[in-house]
Amino acid sequence: MTRQEVLDLYFMDARSKLIDLAAFFDRVERASGESDFRLAALEQALALLHSDQPQKAKAVLLSLSDPTTEPIAKAPGKGACGAWPGAQPAA
Amino acid sequence: MRYIEPHGHMVSRTTDDYEAMVTAGCAAVCEPAFWAGFDRSGVEGFHDYFCQLTDYEPKRAARFGLPHFCWLCINPKESEDVALAEDVLGIIPKFLDRPNVLGIGEIGLNKNTRNEMQILERHVDLAATHGQLILVHTPHLEDKLKGTRLILDVLKADSRIDPGRVIIDHCEEHTIERVLDAGFWAGITLYPESKTTPARAVDMYELYGQSNIWLNSACDWGRSDPLSVPKTALEMRRRGHSAATIDRLIFQNPARFMGQNPRFQLREGA
Repeated sequence: MTRQEVLDLYFMDARSKLIDLAAFFDRVERASGESDFRLAALEQALALLHSDQPQKAKAVLLSLSDPTTEPIAKAPGKGACGAWPGAQPAA
Repeated sequence: MRYIEPHGHMVSRTTDDYEAMVTAGCAAVCEPAFWAGFDRSGVEGFHDYFCQLTDYEPKRAARFGLPHFCWLCINPKESEDVALAEDVLGIIPKFLDRPNVLGIGEIGLNKNTRNEMQILERHVDLAATHGQLILVHTPHLEDKLKGTRLILDVLKADSRIDPGRVIIDHCEEHTIERVLDAGFWAGITLYPESKTTPARAVDMYELYGQSNIWLNSACDWGRSDPLSVPKTALEMRRRGHSAATIDRLIFQNPARFMGQNPRFQLREGA
């Protein structure tokens, strides 16, 4: 596809998602209380979109991933939250 | 249009979903064993579940002329309980001869624990011992990268495993290259929030090769769409892909992988 064709197909969808994201940050700012590591992880990933490097989706996914390589001793639960909280105390 | 749903948890779906899938062109549905949303209390629960997958569910699909196949295992969410997992591994062989069983799956990891790794290795051994195809679940979200690496290490360490007989599912942009580069098949899962959207799935298909990839909905009891594969075909049409290219991705590719098991037979003319 040409860039024009990509814009024709996907611009409105990207615009909508961008405004949703902006509204999310507004909502977080208006809310009271402390945030957690997920907000910082999202802000860090957002900065990757300013890069002139290709494969931005891959870069965002990598930035939100657990980079460690060893299995952990015990499952803390069954679910995942979408961002890596950082190094945990050794089990 | 024709397509195959290679990964759908139909025990969690309504009969209306079967009707909608067949109306959209579904020619076969394949159901890996998975987590019920709660932990089963003993091996008897798995025995009943395997009976459901190999007896009741094929009959329900057959009411719509839809061939139903399945994969057997204890899923990684419950394999943290090693004693239970060993009990379940012990009953799987007696189900492997059932006519709709394609292989062992969806095995893999969830939180990347030592116990999960141990049971993954036991499943890989079971599949190798019985000459079964393998379907692998990779973890969710922040755990996917690490889990995919660990899973590849386990599979590559067993010389009996032919990568061409293993599909590693739920790949995303940060994992798909290493899966395909290692010679394994890659599955892309279409979910409303997590995993991938139709647009990203087609991006990966265009970027990372078009031969050993399949698409699936992994529809289950959570937010998911049993029609997401045909909807992705529509996305491909919007980008100008030919009917032949779409057919290769959503019908021929899954048929080629699962056709390695001679039990995978479609209705004449599908």
